[in-house]
Amino acid sequence: MDFGLSDEQKLLDDSLRRFLAERIPTTRVRELLETPDAHDAKAWSELAELGVAGCTIAEEHGGAGLSLLDAAVIATALGHAAAPTPFLGSAILAPALIAGAGSEAQRQEWLPKLAAGKLRLGVAIAERVERRDDAGVTLDAGRLRGIALFAIDGVGADAYLVAAGDALALVAKNAPGLSVEAMPTIDRTRRLAELRFDGVAPADLLGRGDTAQAAIASALIAARVALAADMLGACDRSLAMSVDYAKQRKQFDRPIAQFQAVKHLCAEMAAAIEPARSLVWYAAHAAGEIPAEAPLLALHAKSHLADVAMDVVRVATQVHGGIGFTDACDLQLWFKRVSLARQLLGTPARLRAQAAALQGL
Amino acid sequence: MDLSYGPEYEAFRRDLRAFLEANRAQAPGARSGEVTSLKDAKIQSWQKQLIEHGYAARTIPKPYGGGGFAPDPLISTILAEEFGRARVSSGVSGQGPDMFVPTLLEHGSEEQKQKYAPPTIRGEWIWCQGYSEPGAGSDLASLTTAGRVEGDTLVINGQKIWTSTAQFADMMFALVRTEPDAPKHAGISYVVVPMSTPGIDVRPLKTMTGAAEFNEVFFTDVRVPLANIIGKRGEGWKIANTTLRHERDMLGSAATSDSLYQALVAGLKEERVDDGRAIADPLVRDKLMALQAKSIAMKCHAMRLLTARVKGEPPGIAGLVTKLNGCQLNHDLAGLAIDAAGEAGALYRTGKHVRDGGRWQFTYMFQLGLIIGGGTAQVQKNIIAERGLGMPREAKA
Repeated sequence: MDFGLSDEQKLLDDSLRRFLAERIPTTRVRELLETPDAHDAKAWSELAELGVAGCTIAEEHGGAGLSLLDAAVIATALGHAAAPTPFLGSAILAPALIAGAGSEAQRQEWLPKLAAGKLRLGVAIAERVERRDDAGVTLDAGRLRGIALFAIDGVGADAYLVAAGDALALVAKNAPGLSVEAMPTIDRTRRLAELRFDGVAPADLLGRGDTAQAAIASALIAARVALAADMLGACDRSLAMSVDYAKQRKQFDRPIAQFQAVKHLCAEMAAAIEPARSLVWYAAHAAGEIPAEAPLLALHAKSHLADVAMDVVRVATQVHGGIGFTDACDLQLWFKRVSLARQLLGTPARLRAQAAALQGL
Repeated sequence: MDLSYGPEYEAFRRDLRAFLEANRAQAPGARSGEVTSLKDAKIQSWQKQLIEHGYAARTIPKPYGGGGFAPDPLISTILAEEFGRARVSSGVSGQGPDMFVPTLLEHGSEEQKQKYAPPTIRGEWIWCQGYSEPGAGSDLASLTTAGRVEGDTLVINGQKIWTSTAQFADMMFALVRTEPDAPKHAGISYVVVPMSTPGIDVRPLKTMTGAAEFNEVFFTDVRVPLANIIGKRGEGWKIANTTLRHERDMLGSAATSDSLYQALVAGLKEERVDDGRAIADPLVRDKLMALQAKSIAMKCHAMRLLTARVKGEPPGIAGLVTKLNGCQLNHDLAGLAIDAAGEAGALYRTGKHVRDGGRWQFTYMFQLGLIIGGGTAQVQKNIIAERGLGMPREAKA
């Protein structure tokens, strides 16, 4: 019995956190938020060298061949830093879709570029979770038509992976008939886009039918676990900031950390976070190693962490008092990061409804 | 991450399963909910058989009647899982073997160990814990039950409360103030008191569930030998903290939450409302799934804590949150079962329409009691904040 992170995983966590603290501190995050695509090409290429971009890609395709628990460790560190990176689209979703639905030739063509951090893919599969505003893309006579909303890492992508009809299509960013419009969300560390297809010819088609469905299903499992892990990192950072602040801030001639009203808020956050961490680790482990349990655990991990994390960022703001409400306080970065992650790829209520259906209830 | 127990442990599990299957007819059923009687010949003979096979009192040294095995968290977990799975009594349990004996073995003299441990683990002596007092709850160290030293005798006067099983108990381990002039934490001794001693008056304390799960115990000039003090005079507070640690590890266990969740789902699948299934209600499904996620999280968390024990690593803050989360989760599971049954959810104990024998109303109240007992939720939060997060203690008024 060895439930938890291995020494290698702790080392990975440690080195990544140090890298992020140095290379993407919150001052740098704030600079990136003011750019059109919130992308630091140099930092992403250095992260690729550390194996982050290719963490879920097999070694034979130029990746690091790590486990999904390793990927969750990485996602937690990225969440902890509120780092704007194309990790979710290009290191989690796209590799799962291409590895799952692509031919060997397609894998050879696309995966090494992703692993090297040289290709950013926007991923448009939101309509496979739920359709809003009549969005949806059809594939008819080799042409894509329709609208895809909430394409992940959709701004500044080199190309797009799109769920179209019963297929997964690869579309070049400058394909005739494609227009891309940013969808500004509460969280500027991730960029979503609306893609409009007006008779677009795809550059390539991955598998269709059941193959595409299965690839989307497993990509969603990995992405939901990664989002849960990202929110876990946001929780850790928000709680740590709250405790530090409460120890420093003095009112009534004493640190406010002495007041039970404040202390108990922090204890409640910690009490919610620790079992949530255990759930994220297990869901990540199951996503790679226990196929029978993986779908349910991914649904529960994402929905539970969304609830826990939203509570944590709210309460952390409360502990910070007035300063927590300002733009100058970094806490708002995690508040907003969680606010988007909670909605992305299924809200808690949506995922719980799926979890009930999955168990035949 | 490796969730397997390894071949030797799986062999142990197989043997245990076979043993339980072969002998379940002579085993008492697993105790559930209310305690009615704790001492009978059936459980004692079952306990004897379990000890012989190394399935009970396993880590108690042989001279004191146990199996003499080294403590092994994985074996403990397998034992708990398999007895629970078979719904068979795991033998003699309660405050004697679970809390007193570990404390005795850590702090008692050789003579005390010889005297108290064997009959306790055989189930011949039932124990109760005399800690809380009307004026000493969360601030336990302010207890005032006095032990006046007269030669080689301790004369005890005062009152204990929340004393479970006192009505059946042969013995009590109690905290008594023996050094009235010492600072409050340094004036307490840990004393063994036979319940048959003249001057002890046990009165049942009926709780909101309608059952008398607790008692009040009054002491009037109760005389016990000074030799009944475990450890040194005045060191009772330190010794008691060993016992409290054992208690908190028992409350809020993931296995309890899991079995409540399974019972809740099974009941909800059957429950009908109007012309359809109660579980088809999206609100019920949403709440149920949220609780399932928490229940699974607690199971995962238990595996994480088990791993820390196996490796001998301190669990850190992760080790401080089980009781707070577990008892609240159990309370919420019962709350959903009650809500989803509509008016039938209010039925209690009897009547042909009652669900699950009315267990959910009992559990709902009983778990509220556990949120308070064994260290209130508020005390737990202080511990998490101070020991786990390094926040300062409240300034003294």
